[in-house]
Amino acid sequence: MARAFTPKVVTANALLEGDVIYLTADGRWTRDHHEAELIEDEAHAQLRLLKAEAQRLTVVGAYLADAKPGPNGPEPVHFREIFRTRGPSNYAHGKQETSHV
Amino acid sequence: MYNYSDFDESFVRTRAAQFRGQVERRISGALTEDEFRPLRLMNGLYLQLHAYMLRVAIPYGTLSSAQMRQLALIADRWDKGYGHFTTRQNIQYNWPKLPDVPDMIDALADVQMHAIQTSGNTIRNVTADHFAGAAADEIEDPRPIAELIRQWSTDHPEFQFLPRKFKIGVTGSPNDRAVVKAHDIGLRAVRGGSGQIGYEVIVGGGLGRTPMIGQVIRPFVKKEDLLPYLEAIVSVYNLWGRRDNKYKARIKITVFENGMEAFRDAVEERFRAIRPEFTGIDQVLLKEIEAAFAPPAFRNAPEDGFEAARAKDPVFRSWTDTSLAAHRAPGYAIVTVSLKAHGATPGDASSAQMRLLADLAEKYGHGELRISHEQNVVLPHVHKSDLPALHAALKTEGLATANIGLVSDIIACPGMDYCALATARSIPVAQEIATHFKAIGLEEEIGQLKIKISGCINACGHHHVGHIGILGLDRAGVENYQITLGGDATEKAEIGDKVGPGFAYDQVVPAIERLLRAYLDIRADRAETFIETFRRLGPEPFKAALYPAEAERDAA
Repeated sequence: MARAFTPKVVTANALLEGDVIYLTADGRWTRDHHEAELIEDEAHAQLRLLKAEAQRLTVVGAYLADAKPGPNGPEPVHFREIFRTRGPSNYAHGKQETSHV
Repeated sequence: MYNYSDFDESFVRTRAAQFRGQVERRISGALTEDEFRPLRLMNGLYLQLHAYMLRVAIPYGTLSSAQMRQLALIADRWDKGYGHFTTRQNIQYNWPKLPDVPDMIDALADVQMHAIQTSGNTIRNVTADHFAGAAADEIEDPRPIAELIRQWSTDHPEFQFLPRKFKIGVTGSPNDRAVVKAHDIGLRAVRGGSGQIGYEVIVGGGLGRTPMIGQVIRPFVKKEDLLPYLEAIVSVYNLWGRRDNKYKARIKITVFENGMEAFRDAVEERFRAIRPEFTGIDQVLLKEIEAAFAPPAFRNAPEDGFEAARAKDPVFRSWTDTSLAAHRAPGYAIVTVSLKAHGATPGDASSAQMRLLADLAEKYGHGELRISHEQNVVLPHVHKSDLPALHAALKTEGLATANIGLVSDIIACPGMDYCALATARSIPVAQEIATHFKAIGLEEEIGQLKIKISGCINACGHHHVGHIGILGLDRAGVENYQITLGGDATEKAEIGDKVGPGFAYDQVVPAIERLLRAYLDIRADRAETFIETFRRLGPEPFKAALYPAEAERDAA
């Protein structure tokens, strides 16, 4: 039996700033994981990734990352992706610097 | 110190201008990321987890005060007001924005610095003993040779597309502080039979997923033969090194797979073929470089106040006990300034700290600074009479921590807080070990100890050669830390051994505490260091301390 597809989000880094970004359902790039499109179908995921990769002037290194539904929108699953939603643990830099002050 | 020649200057300016054009073309879309990536890497620009990272070379770890001030200015103007000093004597900026990087590179060129060959499959920044030119035990200052190698390897047309990156380390002392046996090529100054100074050449060392201690390929190479000999080694590696598998592409694997004998024969043959092409211009150059590294005019002055200050001030005494090393000039000391204040990120310096260090180097240290691979800053030439004033000034920026060589003087790679390759975090583990042992008051009692932490198998944090090595891994989606024991980064280089299963993130500090309490219980006396006790008794008592449940079961 084929393994169940783990839901995904499309994520990348912004070309100019390097910030972590996510693809939304309406085709924008957001810096907030909760606003990302949670993709539950494998074929759709591949199409969304192709769309992301085509945006060469905006994004770098797009890939599919595992995610799960949450009360406020999609949430990351792996700890690496959790770190990417907030920034480093030694200083309040990165997303945690801008989102909570 | 060495100053750029017109050639160096125009080369670096040309590369800076080229890179500016490349960045413009990437932003305009004329270059794709696949096209741009190798170009940015050639100029030290990475894309990490949260942002870009610019890695700047500090050749052989030597900086002038003016250069240190410029590093501070770059941190303030284009980054977040700090820089991270690495285990390869580089500085990394963690938050540059792509459109700003050409300006940063120009600002570096203004003080004769660059980021060329700090990435990519080329010969990387040449590292050296951080006490070079000052150490009492030194045969000769290794920096002129390191500078010669820098000039030879920079943009060397044959070596821009090696099978993999290539690291060279040089020491001028028999006591190795540059970990030369863990480099692709390690060089160690030695005195030949006639008293002439030459270099022992060690090849095939390296850490990473297949750690190996380098082997001597030639015990003595005359200085005039050194560049052709190095060229012969890299040339054979360039042909023989595997390009089919990046995990088997380093020279350590080339030497291992072919055997040292076959590798040496090929190098010697290549050396004989190319030696006549080196007509001596490199030796003319070396003489000029050596003159540039002439020692400063040391003062001949009494050590006024040094012993009196030690007797009077226990804080100063404890700082001098840990931070000073023997200098070759009478009345002088080498000062290591700790970038490891308890709870701080190992190797990070704020722009204010960098400026203070630049000022203090000018005032008390003949204008020279060094960056150590242990991620501290060294003032190599300080007269002992100036030490009380220096110590007082260091305190104003939190730079007077008396912990050099102790449990909290930890090497840690950036780990998963920054690095895209990391499998786990390293920085918070280092921070917690440091603050914990300070809190329980055991740091001085434990004494000399090297803890080294890497956040992945690539081992930038040198965990294999730590007395205690900690390697962060991803085990089924959870951070997990493997502990190795008995490593050694000196001339007696050893790879540490894995002792058992890994520990969860929140179990690392308790495990290290059990280990070190066991050491305190079983050491012969206070003078016996952790590594000496380990060598005397072997891993068993330490294993029992790390895994008490297993030890109990085995005893039952």
